[in-house]
Amino acid sequence: MNEEIRSILRDHARLPMDVDRLAVESDLYQAGMTSHASVNVMLALEDHFDVEFPDRMLTRSVFESIASIAMSLEELHVGAAA
Amino acid sequence: MHSERMHTMALRIGIDLVSVDAVRESVAVHGEHYLARIYTEREVRDCTTPAGPDPERLAARFAAKEAALKVLRPGEVGVPWPEIEVLRRPGGWVELELSGTAARLAADAGISELSLSLTHEAGFASAVVIAAGALQ
Repeated sequence: MNEEIRSILRDHARLPMDVDRLAVESDLYQAGMTSHASVNVMLALEDHFDVEFPDRMLTRSVFESIASIAMSLEELHVGAAA
Repeated sequence: MHSERMHTMALRIGIDLVSVDAVRESVAVHGEHYLARIYTEREVRDCTTPAGPDPERLAARFAAKEAALKVLRPGEVGVPWPEIEVLRRPGGWVELELSGTAARLAADAGISELSLSLTHEAGFASAVVIAAGALQ
């Protein structure tokens, strides 16, 4: 799942760096992701994994890292092979 | 001379800056999914010109929502963006209207007044929100 998340970050997070160089725990906001870009990441994740992030998950910390995104997707019952 | 009430008033300030190009791209890539998730129907109406949704106006509203989140300080509480709505008044100024969780956060924080100012120039839109009240 992390590779799919990286691919979405590459296309939508507007990071000023190579997404492949990010550790799964790296802070995406510190890496340069704006709050507006995080919305694009959320929308792309929803499209790709066919889920909808519920209101309670619309927090900064959910989209903070590859690991936190993966954990949230698992909570939404997205399996390893989406 | 200050009244007793003024001594107990406190302020919070929030500011945000958004790239108009980033909003233009979001509208192009995500279309209705983006608009419906972030803006209210009234906001989309206020931002729509004969040429379609105006990214400059949308960017100013997104900046307002983020600036408002900075004064609401939601922490781990999720706030859907449409719950922070920018209303355009006939006189030309704008105001914030909160609903749902956003309104509850404001009430819990002791915020009794919110003031908003928007601007855009050179590809960026910016918003400043001031919250006042007997803040917790």
